Amino acid sequence: MSTYPEKFRFGEFVGSIVWLVFIILILVTLIGLPLIFVVLFYAPLPPVGDQVLTPYLFLSMTVDPTRTLPIIKYFIHTDLFRIAAFPGFSYAALFAAVTIFVERKFLAKMQLRVGPLYAGKIEGIFQLLADGLKLVSKEIIVPSGADKPIFWAAPIAFVATAAAVTTLIPVAPGWVAANINVGLLAVFAILGFFPLIALLFSWASNSKYPFIGGLRALHQMIAFEIPFILSALSVVILAGSLNLTEIVNSQISSNWYILFLPISAFVFYISSLAELERIPFDLPEAESEIVAGWLTETSGMIYGLIQLGSYIKTYALAALFVVLFLGGWAGPVIFPAELTPGYTGVRIYNAITASAIFWFTIKTFGMIMLMLLPRGINPRIRIDILLHTGWYKLIVLAFINMFVALALVYGGILGPGGLLVR
Amino acid sequence: MTTIEDKIEESKKLGMQIVKESEDDRLMTLSVGPQHPGSGHFRFVIKVDGDYIVYCDPDPGYVHRGDEKMCEYRNVIQNIPHLERPVIHDSNNITYSYSLAVEELVGIEVPRRGQFIRAIASELNRQVYTLYWLAIYGIFLGHSTMFMWPAGDRELFIDLLEALTGARVTHAFNIPGGVRNDIPEGFKDRCLRNVGYFEKRLKEYEDIFYNNPLFRQRTEGVGILQKEDAIKLGVTGSVLRASGVPYDIRKVEPYDVYNEIDFNVQYMRTGDSFARSYVPFLDMKESCHIIRQLLDKMPKSGEVRAKLQPNPKGPPNEAYRRVESGRGALGYYVVSDGTPKPYRVKISVGSFRNILALPFLLVGSRMADMPSIYWSLNYWPVEADR
Repeated sequence: MSTYPEKFRFGEFVGSIVWLVFIILILVTLIGLPLIFVVLFYAPLPPVGDQVLTPYLFLSMTVDPTRTLPIIKYFIHTDLFRIAAFPGFSYAALFAAVTIFVERKFLAKMQLRVGPLYAGKIEGIFQLLADGLKLVSKEIIVPSGADKPIFWAAPIAFVATAAAVTTLIPVAPGWVAANINVGLLAVFAILGFFPLIALLFSWASNSKYPFIGGLRALHQMIAFEIPFILSALSVVILAGSLNLTEIVNSQISSNWYILFLPISAFVFYISSLAELERIPFDLPEAESEIVAGWLTETSGMIYGLIQLGSYIKTYALAALFVVLFLGGWAGPVIFPAELTPGYTGVRIYNAITASAIFWFTIKTFGMIMLMLLPRGINPRIRIDILLHTGWYKLIVLAFINMFVALALVYGGILGPGGLLVR
Repeated sequence: MTTIEDKIEESKKLGMQIVKESEDDRLMTLSVGPQHPGSGHFRFVIKVDGDYIVYCDPDPGYVHRGDEKMCEYRNVIQNIPHLERPVIHDSNNITYSYSLAVEELVGIEVPRRGQFIRAIASELNRQVYTLYWLAIYGIFLGHSTMFMWPAGDRELFIDLLEALTGARVTHAFNIPGGVRNDIPEGFKDRCLRNVGYFEKRLKEYEDIFYNNPLFRQRTEGVGILQKEDAIKLGVTGSVLRASGVPYDIRKVEPYDVYNEIDFNVQYMRTGDSFARSYVPFLDMKESCHIIRQLLDKMPKSGEVRAKLQPNPKGPPNEAYRRVESGRGALGYYVVSDGTPKPYRVKISVGSFRNILALPFLLVGSRMADMPSIYWSLNYWPVEADR
C-alpha cells in the first residue's frame, strides 16, 4: 500500500537519520545546555522539598529518584498541570484519540468490515496519526464572502469550550481543575455556548447548506437543553449539592443514583446524544440532506479542530454521566497500598487515588462505548420527531423521576440523615 | 401614518435603498446535485419555505453519453458491450431485452438451455442491483450498517456471476442468439449455497432496518403515491407495485421461460416511501425462489447459443421487446433497414419514468424526507440519461 521513491536506497535513508540525530545532539550541546544553565543561574527558582533549586541540585535530581520525586510531586500539584495535562485537556484529548480509533474498529466489526488496517502494522493503530497529518497538510479554504474573524475563531472556540467542560469534571478525590460549588450549573452554562458557536460559524460561512445546518443545530440543542438540565436536577435533589465532588461523595455514602433514577439516566443519555450530534440525532450534519450541515465549508485543520472538540465533548458528557449516575470514582481499591521502589523508601503513588482514576476511566470508557453504539443500529431521525421527542416526551419523563427523587428525600430514605445513607 | 411606500421614497432621497419583501424572499433556492452526497449524477433544483419544499425541478442529463446514437454505427453484436454501460450493476437485464428485440428482427430461436441460463443470470444480476440500491438507501437515511451489509453481500452474487460470465460487473453475457458460454461445473451447488445463505441474511436486514422504529417513523406515510396517480404518471417497477398495482413484465408478458416459473408478484397498497423501499426487498426474497426453480427445471445438456452468421441482419422491420429490470419495465425499440447496423435503437428505461413522480411527491413534503423519497423511486441517473 505504501509507495517509495524510485531511487530509494536504505543505506542513504539510515545515513540521513544518523546525520539528523548527530546535528540535533550538536545543537543541544552547544545551544541548549548553556541556555539551561543561564536560566537556572539567573531565574529565581522555587524551593523544592525545603531546598533551593540550584543547577547542581537539578543535575543531581536527574540521577537520584529520591530527589526527582519531590520535584514531580510539586509539578503535578500546580494548576497548570491540572488544566493542561491530567484532569484537563491532555487526558480528554487522549480519550478522544482512543475513542476515534475504537469507534472505527467497533463499527467495522459491527458492519462485517475490518476497519483501519494498514497504518502501523498492528490493526492500523496509527490511522489516527495518518489522518491527522493529512488534515494538517491540507489547504484551508475560506469561502469568498465569509466573515473571516468568526470563521477562524469558531473552531478554536469550539475546542476551547469543550475543554472548558473537562476542567470541571472530578476524576478522583481532589483531582479536579476547578472545584467550584456551582459545578453542575457551570457545566450547563458552558454547554450553552455550543449552539451559539454552530450558528455563528454557519452564518460566517456565507453558504446555504451550512446555514440550514446551523439553524437545525440551534433547534436541536435548545430542544434538548431543558430535559438535559431537568434530568440532572433530580440528582441535585438527592445529593443536596451542585458541587460535582459532593455529588460523587454522596453517592459513595449511599449508592449509585442510577439505581434510584433510571429514567433520569435514560433521559440524560438521550439528551447527551442529541447534544453531541451523534446518530440518530446528527441532523445538523445530515449528509444526504444538507451535504455536511454546518460543517460544509470546513476544510483541513478547521474540520480537524471541530472533530477534536466534538470528541472531547463526548468524553466530557460521558464523564458527567459517570459523575452523576454511576458513582464517579467509586469502586474497590485494587492497587497495593504500598509500593516502594528499592532503596529509596519513598511512596511513589497513592493507592486510593490510583484506583479511583482506574475506576473512573473504566466507567467513562464504557459510557462512551454506549454512546457509540446507536450509530451502528439506527438511521437518522427527522426534525419534527426530534423536536416532539425533546419538548414533549423527555421533559415529562424527567419530571416523573424528579417527583420520585423528591419522594425519596421527603420520605427520609435518601438525603441528609436518610435511611440508606451510611 | 407612514406606509412602506413612503419609507421607500424617503430612503431614496437619503441615498439608501429599501426593497419591499416579495413572496420569493421567503424561499431559499437550493441546487441539489450533482456535487451533493444525496443526489448521484443528477441535479434537481428545489425551493424551500422553512422546512417545506414548495418547488422541485428535476434536471437530468448530467451523464448523457448518446448510447442510442452509438448503436447506429455498430452492428447488432458490437452494440452489446456499450449498451450495458448505463446500468453496469444490472447489465444482464439491460442487454436482455435488446437481445430479445434483435432476435425477433433476425428471426432466430434461442436454445432452451440458453433461455434458462439467461434467466438465471438476469435474476442474479437483479439481486446485485437491488442490493446496491438498498445500500445507498441505507446510507441516505444515515444507517451506515445498512450501507455496509448489502454492499458486502453483493459479493455472493458477484462471485456467482464471475464464475458464470468471467467478469464481475460488466458481463456482456446476453447476446442475440443466446448466451456467450455454458455454466461452469459445480455452479448449481455453489449457487444454491449462496442463495441459501443470502436468505438468512435477508431476515437480519429485516430486523435491523425494516423493523427499526426510527426507520418506520421516517418512511411510513411519507411521499404517498396513490394508485390512480401512479398509473397516470406512468411509473413502473417497484414504485408502481408499491402503490397497489401488481404489474410485473415477467407475469404480464412472460418472455423466454418465465411462463413456466411459479412465482407471485410482490406488491403493497400503501404507496408511501416504506412500501417503495420494502417491495424491492420482497422481490429479492421471491427472486431466490425463482433462482431455485430455474436451476431445477434447466435441461441437463444442450446448446446454449444459436448459430448466427457473422453480421446478422434481417428484413427491414421493427421490434419492441421489454423485460422486468431492477427498476421496472426496460424496453428496446429497434428499427432495422435491412443492413447489419440498426437504423434506430430507442431504450425505454424505468428510471426515467419513475423520476416523473419526483416533483409530484417532493412538493409539500419536508426537506428531511427528500432523500427517502428520491431514492425510494428506484432511480438510476446514468440509465435515465443513457
